[in-house]
Amino acid sequence: MNAIDTPVNTKIVARSEEASDIFTLTLQFTEDQKQGYTFFPGQFNMLYLFGVGEVPISILSHGDGDTLYAHTIRRVGRVTQGMSLLQVGDHIGLRGPFGRGWPLPLAQGKDVLIITGGLGCAPSVSIIHHILKHRVAFGRLFILQGVKHSDDLIFQKQYQQWAALPNVQVALAADSSKPNWPGHTGLITELLEQINLDINNTLCMMCGPEGMMRASVQRLTQLNFPEDAIYLSLERNMECAVGHCGHCQFGGDFICKEGPVFPYPQVKALLNKKGF
Amino acid sequence: MPYFLAYEQFNDLITALTALGYRCLGPQVEDGSIVFDDLSDATQLPWGMRDQQKPGYYRLQKSELNEAFAWANGPQAIKPLLFKPKESLWRVERDEKGAFTFKETLPEHKPIALIGARACDLAAMAIQDKTLLQGQYVDPHYRWHREHLLVIAVNCSYSGGNCFCVSTQTGPKATSGYDLALTEVQNGFVVEIGSDKGLSLIESLHCVEASATKTAQAEERSNHAANMQTKRMPKDNSRALRDILMNNLDHPRWQEVAERCLSCGNCTAVCPTCFCHHQTEYPTVDGNGSVHAREWDSCFTEGHSAIHGQVVRDTTEKRYKQWLTHKLGTWWDQFDTSGCVGCGRCVTWCPVGIDLTEEMAAIAGEFNTKEKTS
Amino acid sequence: MEEIKPRIAIHKFTSCDGCQLAFLHLGEDLIRLAEKVDIVHFVEMGPINPTAKVDVAYVEGSISTPEEAKRIREIRDNSRYLVTIGACATSGGIQALRNFADTQSWMKAIYATPKTVSTLDTATAISKHVKVDYEIYGCPVNSQQVLASLLSLLQKVTPTARRDKVCLECKRLGYACVMVTKGEPCMGPITHTGCGALCPSLGRGCYACYGPAENINTDSLTQWLSSLGLSDAEISRHFLFIQNSAPGFKEAGLKLKKKKTP
Repeated sequence: MNAIDTPVNTKIVARSEEASDIFTLTLQFTEDQKQGYTFFPGQFNMLYLFGVGEVPISILSHGDGDTLYAHTIRRVGRVTQGMSLLQVGDHIGLRGPFGRGWPLPLAQGKDVLIITGGLGCAPSVSIIHHILKHRVAFGRLFILQGVKHSDDLIFQKQYQQWAALPNVQVALAADSSKPNWPGHTGLITELLEQINLDINNTLCMMCGPEGMMRASVQRLTQLNFPEDAIYLSLERNMECAVGHCGHCQFGGDFICKEGPVFPYPQVKALLNKKGF
Repeated sequence: MPYFLAYEQFNDLITALTALGYRCLGPQVEDGSIVFDDLSDATQLPWGMRDQQKPGYYRLQKSELNEAFAWANGPQAIKPLLFKPKESLWRVERDEKGAFTFKETLPEHKPIALIGARACDLAAMAIQDKTLLQGQYVDPHYRWHREHLLVIAVNCSYSGGNCFCVSTQTGPKATSGYDLALTEVQNGFVVEIGSDKGLSLIESLHCVEASATKTAQAEERSNHAANMQTKRMPKDNSRALRDILMNNLDHPRWQEVAERCLSCGNCTAVCPTCFCHHQTEYPTVDGNGSVHAREWDSCFTEGHSAIHGQVVRDTTEKRYKQWLTHKLGTWWDQFDTSGCVGCGRCVTWCPVGIDLTEEMAAIAGEFNTKEKTS
Repeated sequence: MEEIKPRIAIHKFTSCDGCQLAFLHLGEDLIRLAEKVDIVHFVEMGPINPTAKVDVAYVEGSISTPEEAKRIREIRDNSRYLVTIGACATSGGIQALRNFADTQSWMKAIYATPKTVSTLDTATAISKHVKVDYEIYGCPVNSQQVLASLLSLLQKVTPTARRDKVCLECKRLGYACVMVTKGEPCMGPITHTGCGALCPSLGRGCYACYGPAENINTDSLTQWLSSLGLSDAEISRHFLFIQNSAPGFKEAGLKLKKKKTP
């Protein structure tokens, strides 16, 4: 069966609660349906809730021979609302993988700067996993994560684990924070002052709210960071995931097909325009 | 080598198509407009009918000319036959263990022979082919309908008040995409062959070759239709419009048109190249099955750009801008063509008569009218 | 062990009873539905238990009397989800026209002993009185919409909330536009879809019984209707009809009503 046109059956093998409205479902293909399924970090799946519909969710697990695929989901719409009630053993339909992922081959031999905000960290987890698994192929790894409030931070343990690794620097920022917040209180762009960037040998990958990404790009370019070394993951309404339904059209691109990851120069013109 | 199909042979054409297993569709008058419906006899054709079209206005009148194709077009092109307004994509069954079985729901019906498609309709079909057939992904439903369609085009001998296919270089004479192309002349049709299927069909009807007089008459008919057009698309619908639009995203005209626009989506529904659709779910009451379907959507709806609680295009200004910049602008980036074929449907069927050529002219600083050349 | 089925109630306030028929019109699906849920209160069908605790309460009708204002609060307290069905329950319905008039004077004009009639000065939507979880528009509502809402709620999922215009449905179904082909006034371009473009399918204009769609432009439609030859008073009546108190319609209608004809 073609997993592009029609979903295949998967089973929930693990479920974890990341925050009050964020949860992770780990899915396993049933029968022999995983044959031929591989994905690149940054790509997404369409997950189907029985009788309700599909939602695009980025794939967390790295793609090298894994049989389990984790998806971190925020409960925001009717499908994700229903999915949040599912338990281990329940089934979910899956179509995918779709889209163009992160430019990992281009990052080889370079430092990697990851800037994420809000749930934006979810699509980037797959890059981090990939880099850590192929550690020698990459230089230093900077992980900058911003949240509105310190309570919003998810994957806290993972950040601690990553921070302890050699050549990895983790910096967290919260617009507002509770006492004993170990990170920075303020804007994520201010974290760029805390790291020792080699602007000519770094690839930046960012995802999260567009305002945060615009501000980060602005700060980076002020620091003379080259625009073409910045990649960002965009999000729009996606229903078909194959560039046919028209909802995610963004200028001359379909975000589901040409994206969701774009080199900054490709989307620069419309990124600041309301309504696109 | 063009052939001649006499009026008296038209029913033979229908009979031959039916014998080949086709469901025959042809133009007919229904509820005040010309639509494609089941055709079993030539008398059902809109003999003598002529459409008067203005922005937001369509009326049929009986003309003195008792011809079957003396009109320009109706509200829909070929689109509803290929990219259906509503279509189920797949169904799913849930077993007692909760596991799913998905099954694609491909159409099952007779192939269709469509008589009376216009040059602009064929140009639009070629554009939809690019969107749904010729990219990285193939739409299996569209492909099914496309493979089960035979097209008998009829070249226009008259242009409606909103036609501008001369300016968009998509008509009034069909140049490709048809199996047969007819041009109505005195007492019948000059027939051009577009495919092997078309050729064997016409050979089975024992048509004679068209005389030089008839062929010249056909040529003259097409020229007449071309010459009567007064509307044009600025920059003749060229790629130049892309940059003009993208450099004028803050033009005051967007707000002005938004004051008139109802954001009802009629323009997108009649546009023969618009392809936006949304997906819906029809679960069965017993809870064991569900059908996943799609239906035409429009960039003029809230749902089109809604994403977890936000609406990217929350105002009419943003929606109209999306429609025009895509149709005439970024369509070039995606499909190497304009999304407009000059059929004028979005102008006619806008309930408040908004004319995209006029809006484009205001933004481009150019005229949207041309002199009649005869 | 017998499975505990979700409990459903269908309540009636000031209304014509027509929206409740949406359930009865489900035909065989109603029988299938009855296997999945317990319909504990539905006077039109038989079961009566107005104070039952339920998972989903469907409410028809507007709040027009002091007794109704009290009863809707009890229903809210007894219901996990409260869904309003129809024009009366979602915007006040045709009877909300009285909100634009002086209650005391028309009471005197109609009833011999107005004092024996217990009424509020207004007929208002349920949402003006209690929290409503979901609203289904229409006069009457469409059976399939009601069913879809219930199937969603049974899955603990919010029902779909598309508020597109009738025009889109009309075009999908291939009906001729009555305004463009005949110059007949049609409220389709500002009206909420769901009816299946019933009136245009019969060659007449939509009269907006499903209430306002999202992002409506009443000024532009008013201008166009005026260009078709309708007077301000006529256009005003198009807005101030079944959904006279719905947001957008009310303002547009009253603006025209107040306008002095030159």
